[in-house]
Amino acid sequence: MSDSLIGIKVGMTQRFDSQGNVVSVTVIKAGPCVVTQRKTKEKDGYDAVQVGFVEGKKIKAVTHAMEGHFRKAGVPPAGILREFQYLNLADLKVGDQLLVGSLFKENDVVKVSGISKGHGFAGVVKRHGFRGGRATHGSMFHRAPGSIGASAFPSRVLPGMRAAGRMGNEKVTIRGLRVVAVDIENHLLLVNGVIPGRRGGYVIVSK
Amino acid sequence: MDLVEVVESWGLKAGIPDFRPGDTVRVNVKIKEGDRFRIQAFEGVVISRRGSRARESFTVRKISFGYGVERIFPLHSLVIDSIEVVKKGRVRRAKLYYLRGRKGKAARLRETKKAE
Repeated sequence: MSDSLIGIKVGMTQRFDSQGNVVSVTVIKAGPCVVTQRKTKEKDGYDAVQVGFVEGKKIKAVTHAMEGHFRKAGVPPAGILREFQYLNLADLKVGDQLLVGSLFKENDVVKVSGISKGHGFAGVVKRHGFRGGRATHGSMFHRAPGSIGASAFPSRVLPGMRAAGRMGNEKVTIRGLRVVAVDIENHLLLVNGVIPGRRGGYVIVSK
Repeated sequence: MDLVEVVESWGLKAGIPDFRPGDTVRVNVKIKEGDRFRIQAFEGVVISRRGSRARESFTVRKISFGYGVERIFPLHSLVIDSIEVVKKGRVRRAKLYYLRGRKGKAARLRETKKAE
């Protein structure tokens, strides 16, 4: 049960607070979102609304099935759809717009979810912060993981052993971010601190 | 326009005088003392200006009791009450870091001739 919006990470910059201190902020283009489907307890087993993100650009590769879904709602195709359970869920109907100005205000504490940057197959130094060894002076141990356990007993690697592997490109949520400013005209939300993902990546902002 | 640029163009200070590296400026800094503010001047040579819009900052260098002191100010900082240009200097570089290695007579800069 929370007020949420789909947005795009625009980039980072800095602002001055009232005391004149510099605050690092992330700019998010949050919304406008439009209700594409109303899910009801009777029909779907739970109450929610499905919303699409209005990007103001043409969405390519819309399947015929999805085209029909958008036509039924009477809204242009959206590149991303998400379901939310808004606080004023009962008042929402298909085609309603959700705007950043009506959901968020300055000093609100929000959480932001996004897909983190992919780092590919990363070693243990990058992925788990292992210290690695000395580079020179005859050291033959550089970025390797070192020992991963004893020998004859237990004769296996214990579960959860940290090793090299795929890093990033997963859903990450940052909680407790403070809203620094809201620009209703440009649909911008400024939060204090960093959020997951690349610039231009989709993020979900919720209270 | 890029949306980050939109954000960075909010609340920029008006009336900042035109100054460049090589110029001598007096920066009037607001200093908080208890619940009152006092103005303190920091006067010296601008040795660098970097960034743009809300992120722009400049470095002022002065010699204080024989020691070189540098302060970096965000151009649009609320701490700055005002900036006065004292002298215009003629320099051929954007960053005057070479002044750090010079003392006394060698650290002087030529003044621009034309009147303001």
